[in-house]
Amino acid sequence: MIRAKNLSKYYGNFQALNEISFQAHKGEILGFLGPNGAGKTTTMRILTGYMPPSAGSAEVAGFDVIEESIEVRRRVGYMPETVPLYPEMSATEYLTFMGSLRRVPDLEERVAEVLTEVGLHDRAESYAGNLSKGLRQRLGLAQALLHRPEVLILDEPTIGLDPAQIIEVRDLIRKVGSERTVMLSTHILSEAQQVCDRVLIINKGKILADDTPNNLQAQLAGAERIFIRTSSDPKTLAKLLSTVAELEEVVGVEGGVEVSGPPGKDIRPLLARTIVNAEMDLLELRASKVSLESVFLQLTQEENDREVSE
Amino acid sequence: MRSVAIIAAREFRRFFISPIAYAGAAIIFLVLSGIFVLNIGFGLPTGQMSPDGRMVLQPLIFVLIFVTPAFTMRLLAEEQRAGTLELLLTAPVRDWEVVVGKWLGSLGFLLVILAGTFVYPIVINQFTIPGIDQGTLLSAYVGLVALIAAMLAIGVFASSLFASQAAAYVAGIGITMGLWIIGGIRAGSSAFSQAAAYLGLLNHYYDNLYQGVLDLTDLVFYFSLTALALFLASQVVESRRWR
Repeated sequence: MIRAKNLSKYYGNFQALNEISFQAHKGEILGFLGPNGAGKTTTMRILTGYMPPSAGSAEVAGFDVIEESIEVRRRVGYMPETVPLYPEMSATEYLTFMGSLRRVPDLEERVAEVLTEVGLHDRAESYAGNLSKGLRQRLGLAQALLHRPEVLILDEPTIGLDPAQIIEVRDLIRKVGSERTVMLSTHILSEAQQVCDRVLIINKGKILADDTPNNLQAQLAGAERIFIRTSSDPKTLAKLLSTVAELEEVVGVEGGVEVSGPPGKDIRPLLARTIVNAEMDLLELRASKVSLESVFLQLTQEENDREVSE
Repeated sequence: MRSVAIIAAREFRRFFISPIAYAGAAIIFLVLSGIFVLNIGFGLPTGQMSPDGRMVLQPLIFVLIFVTPAFTMRLLAEEQRAGTLELLLTAPVRDWEVVVGKWLGSLGFLLVILAGTFVYPIVINQFTIPGIDQGTLLSAYVGLVALIAAMLAIGVFASSLFASQAAAYVAGIGITMGLWIIGGIRAGSSAFSQAAAYLGLLNHYYDNLYQGVLDLTDLVFYFSLTALALFLASQVVESRRWR
């Protein structure tokens, strides 16, 4: 549904995208994760036919974004990051205008339907300028969904929303994502983890990782890490544990110690025995999960380090 | 072409809720009415002026030079500032359709204003025996529509250049006045002054159309100017994609 091949984009001398390639299939929610300025919006603008790439090619819904831009635009629903609306138009007027440009059949019914879908039916006659940030976001989403696009591209769909609204928007994205291809960008890691089937991590115009959220976590988790807290000082505990031969790594962390053993071996019984034998009071012993957050930081950090050494 | 009509219809309606459009219309009718009253009161009785529908058109054109860029400055500049241009340019609409639609919408609004100015010739006609010269009036108004179309297209072009409405206004007035002033360099018979006379924005109007000479070549001049300005505006909009 989306196929990008070696996309590059220059703004003057600045290279915003450096030969990125990726694919997204029907029914897939693809997350585009990266810090600000990584090239997320640029990629989306290329895929929606707003701007051509400097080099490379992309296909959306079977059409080339450069050669068949109009066909691509017919099949894509796009919500830009700024959620542009006309403040002097009501929600219904706005959707009717955009819908008529997109030749949506049975427009009047469809507008009412999509307003209900995003939960704006009771604000149908409100002017866009009078809507709160969360409601504006929903109206932007309604605009993107209006023509039942095969591909939905959402730039930072939950930015600036309160927690309750974020959950609503995420639910909505998951609901509409089951029948189409959705690509969304975010810099919130937990969001990518919760909503997306697959995550692309992008930094400085390059793709650093392309996998499911779970695999990405597993990939960097390596051996399982265990967090231990006892009644005694973490330093004493660390000293004790560093004498245990089976442990590969012992690190002092906030309030306790994190240790890791050889892959595939459960070291928890050994740890418990050691601590009890040393007559310490064991307060907590749990697997500490490697979050996508640390994967992300590690990947972007590696990238930055490599650049410095070069 | 349907997209052009949809965009034009939206822009046309947008004028009727725009304070600047009302302010512009108010200025036009205040100036025209003031001059009209002065002409009726002093110009006609002293014989300095003959009863003629055109006696409001000259001040009208003068006011329009300042007011039309105010009508058009919003058209593309506001879309760029608000980011809504991104919405239009990712809809299945061609760049020139956006530009032409906006221009057409503004032309529609100006035609409404122009229809309003018809009241003055009607009044003069009522008080003149055997009435005013309707052929001259018709020619002057046809020419005025062509002139306004060109001025609006220049305004749309100016609006495409900036995200700031004020900058679009200044640029619009600058280009319009520049073309008007060039027309003043018509003394002599050198190739340069002849070219200047041809390019002058108002020369084709005052020399022929205003005098009742409805010549196709003069209309072609305004149509070409309109087409050129709209073409340039489309190019500017398209160039935004490449930045």
